[in-house]
Amino acid sequence: MSEHNQHAQHKEQGEHDQEHHIVSPVIYGSILLALLIFTGLTVWMSFIDLGEWHIAAGLTLFWNPVVALAIACTKMTLVVLFFMHVKYTTKLTKLTVASGFFVFIVLIGMTMTDYFTRAWGRW
Amino acid sequence: MSAATIVSLPDQSTARVPKMNFLTRENGLLSWLLTGDHKRIATLYLISITFFFFIGGSLAGLIRLELLTPQTSLMAADTYNKVFTMHGVIMVFLFLVPSVPATIGNFVIPLMVGARDLALPKINLLSWYLYVIAGCMVIYTMAAGGVDTGWTFTSPLSTHYLNTHVISTGLAIFVAGFSSIFTGLNFIVTIHKMRAPGMTWLRLPLFVWSNYAASILMVLGTPVLAITLVLVVLERTVHIGVFDPAYGGDPILFQHLFWFYSHPAVYIMILPGMGVISEVVSTFSRKRVFGYTAVAFSSVAIAVFGFFVWAHHMFIMGISNYAALVFSLLTMLVAVPSAIKIFNWAFTLYKGSITFETPMLYAFGFMGLFTIGGMTGVFLGSTGTDIHLTETYFIVAHFHFVMVGGMLMAFLSGIHFWWPKWTGRMYPEKISQFAAVVTFIGFNFTFFPQFILGTLGMPRRYAAYPPEFQALNVFSTAGATILGIGYLLPILYLTWSLKYGAVAGNNPWQATGLEWQIQSPPLTENFPVIPIVDHEAYDYEWLERQQEKEVASVG
Amino acid sequence: MSDSTATASGAVAEAHHEHPPYQRHHFESVDQQFDATNFAMWLFLLTEIMFFGGLFTAYLIMRNWYYPAFVEASHQLNIGWGTANTGVLIVSSFTMAMGVWSAEMRKKGMLILFLSLTWILGMAFLGIKSIEYHEKWVKHHVPGLHWSDSSFLNPASDPEVYKEYHDKPLAPDMAEKTGMYFFLYFAMTGMHALHMIIGISLLTFMIFRARQGAYTTGHVTYVENFGLYWHFVDIVWIFLFPLLYLISRY
Repeated sequence: MSEHNQHAQHKEQGEHDQEHHIVSPVIYGSILLALLIFTGLTVWMSFIDLGEWHIAAGLTLFWNPVVALAIACTKMTLVVLFFMHVKYTTKLTKLTVASGFFVFIVLIGMTMTDYFTRAWGRW
Repeated sequence: MSAATIVSLPDQSTARVPKMNFLTRENGLLSWLLTGDHKRIATLYLISITFFFFIGGSLAGLIRLELLTPQTSLMAADTYNKVFTMHGVIMVFLFLVPSVPATIGNFVIPLMVGARDLALPKINLLSWYLYVIAGCMVIYTMAAGGVDTGWTFTSPLSTHYLNTHVISTGLAIFVAGFSSIFTGLNFIVTIHKMRAPGMTWLRLPLFVWSNYAASILMVLGTPVLAITLVLVVLERTVHIGVFDPAYGGDPILFQHLFWFYSHPAVYIMILPGMGVISEVVSTFSRKRVFGYTAVAFSSVAIAVFGFFVWAHHMFIMGISNYAALVFSLLTMLVAVPSAIKIFNWAFTLYKGSITFETPMLYAFGFMGLFTIGGMTGVFLGSTGTDIHLTETYFIVAHFHFVMVGGMLMAFLSGIHFWWPKWTGRMYPEKISQFAAVVTFIGFNFTFFPQFILGTLGMPRRYAAYPPEFQALNVFSTAGATILGIGYLLPILYLTWSLKYGAVAGNNPWQATGLEWQIQSPPLTENFPVIPIVDHEAYDYEWLERQQEKEVASVG
Repeated sequence: MSDSTATASGAVAEAHHEHPPYQRHHFESVDQQFDATNFAMWLFLLTEIMFFGGLFTAYLIMRNWYYPAFVEASHQLNIGWGTANTGVLIVSSFTMAMGVWSAEMRKKGMLILFLSLTWILGMAFLGIKSIEYHEKWVKHHVPGLHWSDSSFLNPASDPEVYKEYHDKPLAPDMAEKTGMYFFLYFAMTGMHALHMIIGISLLTFMIFRARQGAYTTGHVTYVENFGLYWHFVDIVWIFLFPLLYLISRY
């Protein structure tokens, strides 16, 4: 029974080092700067017409929303990885975050399969 | 010949239920209302769920009484709409969703993983309070006049064309949803982080795997229902128009968001039941579950695939044909893991030493009825047949086969299986076997005719129907009466057993599993010492060695 | 080992092994408690992602269907306030992360400072939001409650916005879809603001407890987990900002 305790404590030490990696304020500061720059960038780009890409007949991709979402996703990634410590955390947490995004994308994406294809009419 | 039972009870002349257990540890109302003990919370849930089951069941009785005659004889059509809506709302959200997870799961999962409690006991208690609040709100709705939209709240009927209590029901389900989320969240954290030393993932009982998969669905799916209900409430109060074509909205959007949860919800309801069946089939065939890994991963597969198929509830609602095609194909895929489980249980039975105690009777019922229900689900998943069968009694029969023939039987199986662990007493075997058989017979008489009615074209949710359908409806109602008796009996004899049942001892079923190695009922802290696990799940050889080592002692 | 009666006496000896006062009895160690509660908070954030997901789905569909209305309606939002709010929240995320760092480094004074700064920035966000909401009310852009299409049927009637964007008048059926935009605006920013209010309330409680030294003795769980919640609310705004304010300003 006491061996079990000691064994558990040993495990604790090892995990302790991994779990409680303390992120330095320098990193936090750099991320803050990056986020503010990206914010300025996205505002600036909203005033510029970035044009479109005609993929196929009736299917056009407009670059402005793509760029805006790309910048937003980048900002989100920085917040998740550094402010929320996910870069320094366990595989389980990383998997949890990924699965959340995955189901979110499924909700939006598969709902859109209905809306996008309605215009295609019947068979 | 062989023993007709595997039950092994301590000597009844000297056996006593242990004086110190989680039920006797503290006394007084507050010790129950402010408890953090997962076993007490499970007991609170069991009482509340049973209460709502009987309300929902009475409503079912009213439905069947009305449907004895082709005309609306017992109640007005509007009232009938309210009756089946409340029946659906109560049975789905206040009974089926929390049934196995919040009662049996709450009780047994910490024991099965070797923990002292769930990870978040206060959240567990909060979950029960949210359930009770939701229940009160539903009772208020019923008293105030009910809601008649159908439990699916299909828009634009629910958002624009009815003046019944949609808002209070919507808010009640919102609250119940969070109750469910917190239960699922607790299970996931517990199973990941609080397993005893040596309890690896592949040594966990399959009940834990099933509840884990169901919990993933609860955590990821239920919030979408929550926001959908918020939108419905806003639509009805402020008339914002997101579901109203006149304002540019889309009623189908409501359905996409609603079914995004409600399809995974059916897996939330059935997966824990499948977990029970794994435990029961193994114990009463004295054999490890065939293909443990396949069954474990099939639970997770059902959970994952369950997110991709929701629009098969919407084939006739106006979604595009191309989307219908995609969802139909994916629906075929999701049937596979469920079938894998049935095959594996069947192979577990093969060459096992099968006995027919009550939990096993219910399990057999499950396997047969769920198979039928599941196969009819495949018929419905195919767009071509669905167009004719949906919104008829075929669908009603399909989901009652899987939910009542399947899930409710699994719930009763689990209740009987873990009853001795929970209360320290055995239920009376003969009358419970009788009740199980009565339930099975009553169920088939009630719901099998409904498949025929559906293919003949009788629509669902109709108080009146063409006279040529009457014979089958009368048959169905007769079956429902028998079914009602079958459900009433357990309440009576289980209550009786609390005082007069035989003392069960630690392990009356001679089952493997950590919960059977401790006293019945368990101590509040579950294990005096956290066990170290060194054997696989369903290891009956290990159990034999344990029993040889054990000093013979009472209960 | 598993027989309850044989090891009862052993159990009594076990029960008094060392653990910090903030460790709950069902956990075997502080680390297990930290791990479990941290994981639980992440799972809760998953539910929040899916909760907002429904609103984003509705937004995506309506924006695709009524793009001209969405463009002109979004011009009614003041980009200055919106950008300011984004900046405020990003800085508040920084101060919150620094608060977690202070708790981990057991620096009580700094923890209180950073929590208070986060609180102030959170209030600033809500303050700016209420200025914006008030402006919407005054201009009759609150659908269902205080609504008028006139800024969209005749954009010139709103000189402040017109001189920036020179919007074309919308046809009546498209002009009424601006109501859909504003509904989604209020629903999404309102839901977000509700989460901010909850966050600020919890922050108030935390500042009070931090002053009592609750988080600087090694028990950083509460601060760390709250930090996760706060960053999540920031991330929601990081998406709301371009989707609502930056649809097309050229």
